[in-house]
Amino acid sequence: MATASIQVSETPLVLYALRRADDALILGHRLSEWCGHAPMLEEDMALANMALDLLGQARELYGYAAKIEGKGNDEDKFAYLRDVRQYRNLLLLEQPNGDFARTTVRQFLYAAFADLYWRAMMKSSDAMLAAIAAKSEKESAYHLRHSSEWIIRLGDGTEESHRRAQGAIDDLWSFTGEMFEVDGSERALIDAGVAIDPASLHPHWLKTVSDVVGEATLVLPTSGWMQQGGRSGRHSEHLGHLLSELQSMQRTFPGVSW
Amino acid sequence: MVTAMPSQDELRQRAWDIASGVVDPEIPVLTIADLGVLRDVAINDGCVEVAITPTYSGCPAMNMITLEIELALEREGFPNSKVRTVLSPAWTTDWMSEDGRRKLREYGVAPPRAASSRRALFGIEQVACPQCGSEDTEVLSEFGSTACKALWRCKSCREPFDYFKCH
Repeated sequence: MATASIQVSETPLVLYALRRADDALILGHRLSEWCGHAPMLEEDMALANMALDLLGQARELYGYAAKIEGKGNDEDKFAYLRDVRQYRNLLLLEQPNGDFARTTVRQFLYAAFADLYWRAMMKSSDAMLAAIAAKSEKESAYHLRHSSEWIIRLGDGTEESHRRAQGAIDDLWSFTGEMFEVDGSERALIDAGVAIDPASLHPHWLKTVSDVVGEATLVLPTSGWMQQGGRSGRHSEHLGHLLSELQSMQRTFPGVSW
Repeated sequence: MVTAMPSQDELRQRAWDIASGVVDPEIPVLTIADLGVLRDVAINDGCVEVAITPTYSGCPAMNMITLEIELALEREGFPNSKVRTVLSPAWTTDWMSEDGRRKLREYGVAPPRAASSRRALFGIEQVACPQCGSEDTEVLSEFGSTACKALWRCKSCREPFDYFKCH
């Protein structure tokens, strides 16, 4: 037996909060998949801790989305009772963990963005988004520092770690463009001062990424072709598999609680 | 004999004293007042309203702390209290009391350095060993047993220790 998915009234602000909540939940879930499997105990703790930060951010954002939507949805319903096409996260964040290098590269490319994004969002005219940003920016900064150090260690490490890190960068690069995209509904929020224009963060992001990747003796791809679709619910095949695990309890035993 | 009704201010102070005695379940030597997690206590229509702020977004101790506050107030004659979470202004280790820092050190956890900032977050930190006081220490793991701690080791006395991260 399966539970029906919920309907969501995606006003621009609800959609905006849900997109960021989905980013945090999906990346947090991916990181949690490492629990008990990381290459060493310290990294097991690091990945689980970063997952916990992201889960906390997701809960705040879902809670806020539920409040402004005002249709009786809540954080659990958003997480457990939406189908893959209703998810609005970046494609980058749903990509499988692969090996440790791939997980680290994914984390680094996103944290370099999230660090700038949340810091800029502290100036949002929306008090709740600004408050969430003020908490998230410190956590993102720590994630960036940690993943940057690993990029350097892997790239400037052994021949094998270098090869794996470079392979991950080459494979994931085409998913980075989506972080800086803006659609019509977000443009209005940017004009109103609620959201910031992510395109304005791109030069700074590229500099951070280039500096770390250069120090790691790795190179950035030159192709400018970028994937898109996550923000409007067109996902890679991986997200459905992830959700089938994340949602299995609620879908199998509707309304089950601890 | 007539007992005077306590004033609103007295009630509020009593409720604050009770709430501020609740300890962090992960670091039981620290109260939520030491940590700076307790932000406000108010009396509205005879009910106590307590505001707390999370250290980290995903800190799992918040549910436990909420429950402990409600229970403590209930025991002392304040039923139906409400605990709400506030995010702004964001919690910082600068809010930790001097007393709290001393208690942490005695417990074996290196306290966060005062006046932390973004620079402290990224700069090279010097952390004194809570056991022997030596500053010859090294980081073992940037993430520790809880979201708020990192794992360090003293190169003088060789003891590993938790460090409460600057935030």
